[in-house]
Amino acid sequence: MDVTFQFDWQAAIASIPHLLTGIPWTLLISFGGLAIGFLIGIVFGLLRISPLRLLRWPATVYIEIFRGTPVLVQVLFIFYGLPQLLGGPINAVVAGIAAIALNAGAYISEIVRGGVQSIEKGQREAGLSLGLSRTDTFRYIIWPQALRRMIPALGNQGIVSIKDTSLFSVIGVGELVRQGQVYIATTFTALEVYLMVAMLYLVITLSLSFALRLLERKGLVGQ
Amino acid sequence: MNDSQQASPTPIVTLEKVDKYFGSLHVLQDIDLEIAAGEVVVIVGASGSGKSTLIRCVNGLEEFQSGRIVVDGNELTPHGKGGKSLQTIRTEVGMVFQQFNLFPHLSVHANVTLAPEKVRGLDNAKAREIADRLLERVGISDQADKYPGQLSGGQQQRVALARALAMEPRLMLFDEPTSALDPEMIGEVLDAMRELANEGMTMMIVTHEMGFAREVADRVIFVHDGHIVEQGTPQEVFDHPQNERTQSFLSRVLKH
Repeated sequence: MDVTFQFDWQAAIASIPHLLTGIPWTLLISFGGLAIGFLIGIVFGLLRISPLRLLRWPATVYIEIFRGTPVLVQVLFIFYGLPQLLGGPINAVVAGIAAIALNAGAYISEIVRGGVQSIEKGQREAGLSLGLSRTDTFRYIIWPQALRRMIPALGNQGIVSIKDTSLFSVIGVGELVRQGQVYIATTFTALEVYLMVAMLYLVITLSLSFALRLLERKGLVGQ
Repeated sequence: MNDSQQASPTPIVTLEKVDKYFGSLHVLQDIDLEIAAGEVVVIVGASGSGKSTLIRCVNGLEEFQSGRIVVDGNELTPHGKGGKSLQTIRTEVGMVFQQFNLFPHLSVHANVTLAPEKVRGLDNAKAREIADRLLERVGISDQADKYPGQLSGGQQQRVALARALAMEPRLMLFDEPTSALDPEMIGEVLDAMRELANEGMTMMIVTHEMGFAREVADRVIFVHDGHIVEQGTPQEVFDHPQNERTQSFLSRVLKH
């Protein structure tokens, strides 16, 4: 066999300008979804530790459903399934953001719950004994400490969700993987282009890791 | 205040027939107790006797199942129903914990100013003034910008004392304030407490420091199995204990 394969650096580099057009969509879906997911996570994470069972169980049901089903199925359901109920199409980017928000929200709920529960009982007692209300005790004493402990787990979730957006090429969102596929369709340089795609994901996720490490180090000063 | 058996006409703390259970465990049994303003009461007893639970009921950190507790005219009723009076009691009663429970994410200074600002509504300048004065008094003023984790145990407990005093409490509760400290740091915390007692603060102290109890207490209360078994002046309780439970407890702790 006379297959002398050469990695075509020129082809790889030439694909970059096209691939970069996918990055804004990847970032929009990831960070838009994560921002909403964080809000969902705070609400449902706190509901999950509510003393009232009536508040606890809807949170548990939500978390179990969205943690227990694949994000790909979730986005297909939203993009292809929901329009049948709504009677009109859903924008693919909106569907992607919604899927990330709901999926990450379920995981972040558990991160929030664990973070809040990890704070020693004495912290709450000290706040209450000073006359702070339960709300103020949570706001000024429990939450800031819990948030710090949550940073590594939140960073993990961020990275997972960024990578999950690659699945949304299937609903036609023009994100990074989709742009790669489009480019390869005309150039047939799959090896080069997918390597570039992988490297661009790494650039995004490593930047996030680095930023979180800075944040964590800064946060640790007070401990 | 030496004739402590005779409580003053308007006690600052009153417990009437207080019962408390942890599940089926009857930790406080029919407790009646009055504390006069300015009185220093030391509560002693073996671990598990209910002495910590007793003072934790006074500021509502523990619920009780029957009886009533009145602190400075504010009443706590069974099952944690206190509502507004619970909040009032907590602003008027300071507490120092065995594990200090300082807020690790806040500077020493912010630990002390937090409650005056958020509860009393003082502006930052006024709160800082109070904090500076109290930190000076407990000898921590040069560490005010550090974080709790950077201080020794003794220093942390003195900050915790300053933090509680910043709310200008009418009563101070101490739950084994020196039990988590290295031996060489116990003295500095007891000194700060002694000074507070000399200034006339009403104090309820759970401690194993019998020497300290003998020195500062107006009244010593011995608790056993959820009952107040014996009380009196330190001389009465330590030197002439009447109850055999008290005798056996003291023979064990005073031996060393």
